[in-house]
Formats: sequence, structure tokens, C-alpha cells
Amino acid sequence: MLVIFLGLLFAALTMSTFATVSAGPAHADEVGTDEYEFVLTGNVQFDQKPLDNVLITVEGGGYEASVETDAEGKWKVGVPEKATYTVSLDEETLPKGVVVAKGGNVIEAEFALTKVKSVNFFLGEGTRTTVSFFDQFVNRFVNGLNFGLLLALAAIGLSLIFGTTGLSNFAHAEMITFGALMALLFSVTLGVPIWLAIIIAVVLSAGLGWSLDAVIWKPLRRKGVGLIPLMIVSIGLSLALRYVFQIFVGGGTSQLPGSGLADMKLGPIRLSMIDLASMGISIVVLLAVSYFLLRTRIGKATRAVSDNPSLASASGIDVDGVIRIVWVVGGALAGLSGILWAYFRPGVSWDMGFQILLLVFAAVTLGGLGTAFGALIGSIIVGLFVELSTLWLPSDLKYVGALVVLILVLLLRPQGILGRKERIG
Amino acid sequence: MIDWGAIFSNAAVELISPTTAAYALAALGLAIHFGYTGLLNFGQAGFMALGAYGFAISTLSFGFPVWGAVLVGIGASVIFALILGIPTLRLRADYLAIVTIAAAEIVRLLFTTNTFQSFTGSANGLSGYKGGFAGLNPIPEGRYGFGPFEYNEYDWWLRIVAWSIVALACLFTWQIMRSPWGRVIKGIREDEDAVRALGKNVYSYKMQSLILGGAFGTIAGMIFVLPRAVVPSNYQTSLTFFIYAILLLGGASTILGPVIGSMVFWVLLSFFSGFIARAVEAGWIPFITSIQAGQLRFILVGVAIMLIVIFRPQGIFGNKKELAFVK
Repeated sequence: MLVIFLGLLFAALTMSTFATVSAGPAHADEVGTDEYEFVLTGNVQFDQKPLDNVLITVEGGGYEASVETDAEGKWKVGVPEKATYTVSLDEETLPKGVVVAKGGNVIEAEFALTKVKSVNFFLGEGTRTTVSFFDQFVNRFVNGLNFGLLLALAAIGLSLIFGTTGLSNFAHAEMITFGALMALLFSVTLGVPIWLAIIIAVVLSAGLGWSLDAVIWKPLRRKGVGLIPLMIVSIGLSLALRYVFQIFVGGGTSQLPGSGLADMKLGPIRLSMIDLASMGISIVVLLAVSYFLLRTRIGKATRAVSDNPSLASASGIDVDGVIRIVWVVGGALAGLSGILWAYFRPGVSWDMGFQILLLVFAAVTLGGLGTAFGALIGSIIVGLFVELSTLWLPSDLKYVGALVVLILVLLLRPQGILGRKERIG
Repeated sequence: MIDWGAIFSNAAVELISPTTAAYALAALGLAIHFGYTGLLNFGQAGFMALGAYGFAISTLSFGFPVWGAVLVGIGASVIFALILGIPTLRLRADYLAIVTIAAAEIVRLLFTTNTFQSFTGSANGLSGYKGGFAGLNPIPEGRYGFGPFEYNEYDWWLRIVAWSIVALACLFTWQIMRSPWGRVIKGIREDEDAVRALGKNVYSYKMQSLILGGAFGTIAGMIFVLPRAVVPSNYQTSLTFFIYAILLLGGASTILGPVIGSMVFWVLLSFFSGFIARAVEAGWIPFITSIQAGQLRFILVGVAIMLIVIFRPQGIFGNKKELAFVK
């Protein structure tokens, strides 16, 4: 069955590439201009001569569209919001001997007062330096590692909460967003230095975790509400919180300070200071969490509650206290992961947590529900997979690969990589 | 001043709108999954997307007649249900939840990507597939009806077909849940092991339930796109959550619950949005803008889901003894 499904998928992929080749640019120069009132437009010319069939991709705020230039070298893309969009020109589609001369083939376009924004690329003569497959692979690998590490921060919290309370917490997405929003509030709006803003944001996220437990989850546990109703409550909470965020910050994307830092070159790898710092922070925090879980009394108590709450309670462990600590730690980790995710995307928006929630769930399930170190391994696999898959898949399908892997793993090893068989019953 | 008449008539229109019918049917499918069988399907949006795209693509790209396009959509949803069910129906309920939600996102992303643009229209979606359905319309041209319920012949035809399908689906579900098959299904919800001990193939029954409820969702997806265009961003996970809100509101293991739930949900939502929007215009609520007023409805739905589950888990019509989530 699965083989047939994959076969169909590949057949469809090859068919569609064939179709795009043969279809030709009939009205390819305008996309979405009827539907949306804001328009990005441009004119691709080299040496006063228009270039046709050049592929332009517009991406931002969850919207993505591509267009090919027409015979006059013109293109137009309608966009839903007056936000910042990334416009990229596919250099592969330029004629031989023509490259983007300066400014790079990716431009950040922001609307001014008008509804139309023109975006133009500076083309020049020259030869493209193509990046070898190996270099691309290494680059993607490092990016994937970075993404996986920040996913791991959120995933470990989710997994600890699942382990100790049995709750599949869909509102974890909003705990991720909350961290980034608080960092934005303190650093940009209130002008606090970014390192302090991050610390404040993480502390506030821990506070959010604590208060969610105190106000909602603890009373519901006392009431004896079952696990599935609890999960549905978390879905309702996630929906409500997400739109509360949107009411406060609007639908746009804002940047945290320092997110535009230039890339440095370390051999084939291109990374910014922020990426390095992000990976460093993730690794240090993950080591600290491991130490906490493996060596401290409370960490051991947490794992005991995860294994068997009644037995833990009978051996004198304060189960409610452990759960409270897990929520605080989970909240802080989710908030930190949100800040790093805001630098990785880059940008802070109201639904940024929800965009990676499924990947976090995939990571937790891959590793084995309820196992903290499984979540770590699962996250790194998901992160690597998402980034490496863009070597072969179009970038708007990069999450699909990770989700397909999730389904495949459940087929072959339902308990996850580190999970034990009894958990799945 | 606030125009109460317009607010009420806009709300009343939702009572019989095709969108309400589509949500009712999708919620009925979910009632079979969740309410009767205890399957946590969070991918109903995926089934609806398959219905919408299956119908639209087979009409536009392959020129299928209406019945053929409907069959293509249902066929796609059966295959989808098999792909979902084979790895997960043997596992615990929350695994099915995560896999179905992931699968629905995969479906949406595959329909959104530029790779298949010639078939799916990528982010812009599809339109212009309604000719075949409108061609079957026996009602002569003109406007009919009274008060707020005045529509042209296409809109009436759509409403009649949509609600007839809902009625037939309700009748079918009612009959099938009274049959021996339905008793096994409810038994699985109550105690899977007991049913297995009686020699029933639980896995196969669950799969049948997943396919049946998924097919309802698929047909709902087709009804959903007949008054509008197919746009991939409509099939986000929040669509599934809205349908869950409707189902929980009406009562998860009832026949009429999803239908009444959908009517109540849409009338209240329209009334609420209309009231807030006009109150903002009239300056009654000075601290929010009209865009923010539009977002309040999602907050309301979210809070409503939480409150219903906590305080009245059986919904409006449900029986507390027949709860899908006793455990």
C-alpha cells in the first residue's frame, strides 16, 4: 500500500515537472493579482533587453507564490498583506553568462505607502559560481542541526509534560510564540539590550508555564478529567491564545535585533554569529537539562513520575510538585526555543509556534512519546531531514518529508526510537 | 446606531447556508469516528481537501462529469483513510491524533506547493468547476424566497442538494448505528478488548468506520467548495478544530447533534461577528479595530471548546453515559 502511495507521489512529481516544462508561460507573468490588492512587481532586463521565463519567487507571512517573467521581462505577484516579503530570483533560469551582479538574488521587499512595490534585480555579465553538491550538503546539514537543536528545546518540554501528566499539549505552540513575543516586546518596544530581553522572556515563559498549570491543568487534574478531553481543552486553549497574540501584535512579521547579521564563511559553511550563538545556547541548555534529569533529586523524581505516577507517589515523591516544576521547565524551554526559532526563520509572528508544532510533535513521536532523550534524538532527525530534503524537494515541500517520515516510523517502530513497547498499548 | 435587523438577518441566513450543511456533514463524519468509534481523527480537514480538490481537479483537468468527479473524490478519501489507518489503528488513540493531523497537513502542503501548480493552482487554488453541477439544476432562472432567504436558482439548487445529502447521511448513520455493525462499533469505543474477546476483528471495524466517516468529510468538502472557490489555506488544522467545536457543541455520539451544532455554531458566530463589527464601527468598543474584531471569533471558538469539554462534555443533545472519552 505504502509503496503504491510513494510510487504515486513520484509519478505525480515527474508528471508535474513535465507539465511545467510543456505548459509554457501563457499568463505566467501575473499571479494572485485578482485575489489580493497588494502587488509586488518588477522588470527583469539585462543590457536594455528584457529577459523572459526568469523564475521569481515571493515568500513571506506564510504566503508563497512564483511567477515567470513575460516577453517584456515583466512580472507581477499579488500578496495578501502589506508585510515584508522575500523576493528571490532563480539564477538557474537566467540566460548563460548573466548573473545577479550586486545585492544578491534575494531581496527583502517592504511596502511603503502605496499598494504596489517594485522590486528589481541588478543583473550583470559574469559566470555563476555554482556551489558543489557536497558544499550544499554540508551547509544544509549544519542548518539542519541548528534547527533540530532548537526544536529539541521545545520537544523535551512537551515530552516531559506528556510523560508526567499524559497530556498531549497542543498549546505548546503558543508557549513557543510567547517567548519570541516577549523578547520582541522587551528588546524592540522597550529598548532593553537583547541579552537581558532574552533572559526576561525566558523567565516570563517559565511563569506562563507555571500559571497555565496552576490556573487550568491542575484544577482539571483534580476534577479527574480524562486525557482526551484534556487534549481537546489544550486545542481550544491553543486556538484562543493564538488569536489573542494576533490581536496584540497583528498579522505582520517583526525582526528581533541582530537578525540581519551577515553570514561568515567557514570553509563551505555559511553561518552568522547568531546561528553559532543559537547552536551554542541550545547545546548548553540541553546539557543542563540532561544533568538535571540524570543527576539531581528532582530530575530523578521527574523520571520516576514519568515511569509510574502512583508508584512515585507511594515512595514519597510530591507528584504535584514535580508536575509544577516540569511545567515551569517546559515553559522556559519552549520560550527559549521560540526566541531561537525567531532568529532562524527569521522574524516574530503570531503563529510562528503553530508553524513548527507538528514538527515538534513529529520529533517527540519519533523519539518515543514521553522519553526526554528520545525527543532530543527525534528533533535532530527531524531538523536534519527538513533541511536536507530541500536538496531534492522544492523548498515549499520541506515539511512534508518530515511528516512522511513520522508516518513511516510509526509503521515500522510504533514505540519510537527510544520508546518502550509497553507504552503504545 | 446599530442596525439590528441586518445583524439578525445575516445570522438567520447561516441557518440553511451550504457552508453550514458542509460543516454539519463533516461533523457527522467525525461523530462516526470520534463519537461512536472513539477514533481521534484530527485530519478531517484533509478529507475535506481531498473532496474539494478531487472534485475540482477531475472536472477541470480531466473533464469528468459530476458523478465521476464525486467518485474520484470519494476514491481518494478511501485511499487516504487506508494510508492513515494501516499504521495507526493498532496504536493508542493519541498516535492516531498526531498522525491524522500530520497527514492532513501533508495533503494541504501538497495542494499548496508550486510543484503541482498546473493541476492545483498552488496558493491561488481553483475555480470554474461548477458548470456541471449548475447544469443539473432543474429550477428555472429567477429569484425565489422571502425575507433574508432570497436566492437565485443556483443558490437554491445548492441548498436543496446540500441539505438533502445531510438528511440522507443522518438517516443512514442512524440506521447503521442501530444495526449489529453499529453495536460492535460502539462496543469498540467502550471496551476494545471485550469486543476482541467476542471474536470481532476490531482493526477491520475501525478501518471501516474511518473510511465511512472520511467519505462523509469528503462529500462535505465538495459541498463546501460549491458556493466558493477552492483555496488551499481553507484546509488548515483550524478547520478540523472548528468541526470538533461543532461536534462537541451538539454532542459527539448523536445523529442530530452535529447538524444542530453546526446551525447553532454558525448562527451564533455570524451574530457575534456582525454585532462586534458594527459595535466597533459605532464606537461602542473604542480599544479594538475592525480587523481585531474579526479575530475575536477565533478566540470565542477556542474558549467555547474548552468550556464545553470541561463543563458539558456530552454537548447539547448527548447522553452522559455515551461519552467517547470515558477513559
